[in-house]
Amino acid sequence: MAQRQPEWANPATSKYLGKNIPRVDGPAKVSGAAKYTFDIVLPGMLYAKIVRSPIPSGTLKSIDFSEAKAMKGVRAIIEDLGRNARFAGQEIAAIAADTEEIARDAVHAVKMEWETSPHISSTQQGLTDPSRTRVGREVNRGEDPASFWNSAAAVIEGEYYVPVREHLCLESHGVVARWDNADNVTVWCSTQAVHDAAGEIAGNLGIPKSNVTLICEYMGGGFGSKFSAGIEGAVAARLAKMTGKPVKLMLERYEEQVASGNGPDAYMKCKAAIGSDGKLLAIDAQLAGTSGFGGGWGLPFPYIYSVPNVRVKSTSVSVNAGGARALRAPMHPQACFLMESVVDELAVKANLDPLEVRKANTDSDVRRRQFDLGAQMINWLKRSKGKGEGRYRRGIGCATGTWGGGGGRGSVCTVKIGKDGSVWVGIGTQDLGTGTRTYVAAIVAEELGIDIKKVKAEIGSSKLGLSGGSGGSTTAASVSPAVKMAAFQARTRLSELAANQMGITAAEAVFKDGFVSNADGTKKVTFERLCSALPAGGLEEVGTFNPDLQAGGAAGVQFVEVEVDTWTGLVKPIKVVAVQDCGYWLNKLATESQLIGGVIQGLSMALLEDRKIDERTGRQLNPNMETYKPIGSVEIPEIVPVLFATHDKVTGIGEPACIPTAAAVANAVFDATGVRIRRLPITPKRYFDAVEGRR
Amino acid sequence: MNNFGWYEPKTIEQASAAMKSDGALMAGGIDLLCMLKERLIEPKRVVNLKSVSGMRTIENGKTIRIGALVTPETIEGDANLRKRATVLAEAASVVASPQIRNVGTLGGNLCQRPRCWYFRDKDVFCLKKGGDRCYSVDGSNEYHAILGGGPCFIVHPSDLAPALISLDATVKTNTRTIKIDEFFVLPEKNVHAENVLEPGEIITEVELPAEWLDAKSSYVKVRERPSFDWALTSCAVAFKMNGSKVSAARIAFGGVAPIPWRSKEAEEELVGKEISESTARTAGRAAMADALPLADNPYKVELAVNTLVMAALQAVQ
Repeated sequence: MAQRQPEWANPATSKYLGKNIPRVDGPAKVSGAAKYTFDIVLPGMLYAKIVRSPIPSGTLKSIDFSEAKAMKGVRAIIEDLGRNARFAGQEIAAIAADTEEIARDAVHAVKMEWETSPHISSTQQGLTDPSRTRVGREVNRGEDPASFWNSAAAVIEGEYYVPVREHLCLESHGVVARWDNADNVTVWCSTQAVHDAAGEIAGNLGIPKSNVTLICEYMGGGFGSKFSAGIEGAVAARLAKMTGKPVKLMLERYEEQVASGNGPDAYMKCKAAIGSDGKLLAIDAQLAGTSGFGGGWGLPFPYIYSVPNVRVKSTSVSVNAGGARALRAPMHPQACFLMESVVDELAVKANLDPLEVRKANTDSDVRRRQFDLGAQMINWLKRSKGKGEGRYRRGIGCATGTWGGGGGRGSVCTVKIGKDGSVWVGIGTQDLGTGTRTYVAAIVAEELGIDIKKVKAEIGSSKLGLSGGSGGSTTAASVSPAVKMAAFQARTRLSELAANQMGITAAEAVFKDGFVSNADGTKKVTFERLCSALPAGGLEEVGTFNPDLQAGGAAGVQFVEVEVDTWTGLVKPIKVVAVQDCGYWLNKLATESQLIGGVIQGLSMALLEDRKIDERTGRQLNPNMETYKPIGSVEIPEIVPVLFATHDKVTGIGEPACIPTAAAVANAVFDATGVRIRRLPITPKRYFDAVEGRR
Repeated sequence: MNNFGWYEPKTIEQASAAMKSDGALMAGGIDLLCMLKERLIEPKRVVNLKSVSGMRTIENGKTIRIGALVTPETIEGDANLRKRATVLAEAASVVASPQIRNVGTLGGNLCQRPRCWYFRDKDVFCLKKGGDRCYSVDGSNEYHAILGGGPCFIVHPSDLAPALISLDATVKTNTRTIKIDEFFVLPEKNVHAENVLEPGEIITEVELPAEWLDAKSSYVKVRERPSFDWALTSCAVAFKMNGSKVSAARIAFGGVAPIPWRSKEAEEELVGKEISESTARTAGRAAMADALPLADNPYKVELAVNTLVMAALQAVQ
């Protein structure tokens, strides 16, 4: 008899998978029942705050804690977090006190004297200082691009810039640490990597990982900035040890923006050529950017396009600013904006259709089909071609991106079924906001043919089976196969039980609507009834990764229609069509939400977000959401998510939808107005600067 | 913020006295909370003006008198103001966010401190805070002043103030009556404050004189983030009409100068003319003729011209 093979349910006949599944934890989130790290309050808990350097560069000459120590309610101070400032906001010391207010007052009372040293605030500034630059990625392919400048159909030359952007997690970074006894610690941590953060805390404390219980049942956004428990985790655990009390350390909003990561900027000086046949000929690009004081910088260029003759030189610049961390599709939105601006400019200058040029220069047939579909949905033919008139001008632009999204080994999922028919599934992954808990429950419910409400899904604890961090859009493609396998194995065992109990064959057992039956439904018992025949301990199955259930490689294209008010320079997005290669979507609703969320983040990048460090003081000018401006709900246009299935394996799509948006917006602004904005964000200032010929 | 005491005065006199002994006055508490949280002020106590009765109504007579504690939300929704002082209702409707419009007050809106990012950073000791330099003048100044700047280049953040200037309003305090044109001060006169209020002086109401009620008026505010932002530029206009022609005009800009910036040049340009895109544009250019942009904000000049055009056209629509 042929073995039943694990495969994803066909949405045409499935109950949950592939359909719209409301989040199982939605009610808990909207009612406040869901407890985030920020919500944790323990008896006797202390509050910790971090003392930070006010200056961007220098050495501490003296630090005086006497006033802070004398304050009533101050319980412990870590005096030695740092002595050298590499950015304004560097961690220097930490204080635990009875209340958050006392901790803040104590931090304020610490007196520091600094020996300042010169600082660099921006990539542009750093490029002029050889001690701050390092040669990065280089590409030398084909002929010298310079040999094409005279013979090409069109040549463009320009400088482009994407500023540093921030993650803006609504729940700031932070932890609550409690020593349960001399050897064991429980840590609530807002993290996108439960097991990794537990290992890191154990390492810092010199205890085995099994002595750490790390909990993150819910978290308020990570976007790539929460792979680690960070300095906050180490500090809180130390302060908890010193005081014998639980310690809570959540970053303040300004700390969140100066010291918890950011997405690097990207500067480019570029010359490029296209042939009259629409084929890209050559590109010569000097790239530069910063990941903060340390760390390398680089981006994929010339991104997804096939260019035969390429010279790319990258420079990594060391700047006195907080260190970069992965930010949703790290470096891809930047690379996409740079390259898609160049492609668009070349097409326009050569009098070619920018869409046809894109199609002619990609190797991907999927991408070409996506371009055709999106063009039809946005009505590409009605674009203005830079010749809009009147105060309000509409235009259409497009761009494309790529992403991995495949899964990997290392996830261990357990399904337990009780004699009473109760079903429990647990895996030590986390829900970054992408709906992990929901598909973990749905996969099991689908497999066993029971109501999703009857599945208790537990995630977000290092005491559950191993699973990796949520990065690179790998979670769904890593976790879902392990869950599927655990559920599949459990069902196989129940099928065997059914065969014994019901006089049917295991192979024909059907699990549907809470019943188990034979193929024609003539023999049928409830799921609970079948489970009652289990031994006292019920059954337990452990599933691990199955590569056949997932795949990577996700192409996506986006088309954006904008309306530019030429009197104000304000760009109003009208409609975004996001066509995204999704593979098999576990939850259609959540998948579409991912695309919409990615587009929103891309629009925010296009129009508003710009971290600014002051050159003179080296301090961030906008460490708040008043002057670092994320897009508001009122500014969000119609967004049409298009799930473009090219195979039936699970592929992660948390990141890719944020990649092409900003480039498409800039190209749409050009189409509307004939004004090329080469520097993000596209604000009224940038619009008028471009119109009036200022840099 | 520091530890502070809480005081609930029953009379304006008590509130005023408390302010003089290191008390910070609170009405809506919107800007005050920002100032406290950033430790830009560390008062001994916060004096809750809302414990004093009155100052909460809009009185319609020959003139319109609006109490200092009236919220922007109330102003925005007042049918009589929408009809007779349109510019003010429109300005109130674009203040900050709905939440803030529900809690902020008219008096607080006029007295709020600047949003300059150097001023708002407690670790930057700028001119306005008693330091010896304005960091914006050769720093990051895209949101700063193009008119009336020096030695400090803040822009005044109020939306209601330009509207009130266009209506020739009068500010009444516990001690005196001040014409709105004389209420705000340039940094060249006093770099540490944005208005002429003395210590312990409290705005109790704002009066709109009969003369400018029912004028054709409008307020337009341009924001980078339209849902919730400060003005890059804004413009309040009020026109008295003689047939299709302007017989008298009052025009004030927000977002361009350290005070709400009245432009007599623009007013004069429009008197005797019909409002059209072209006449309004000429007036806008006259208003900006003396503009001295900083390195990052030349864009504001054209934007301010266009803002006036939009406001003027909307007023006579």
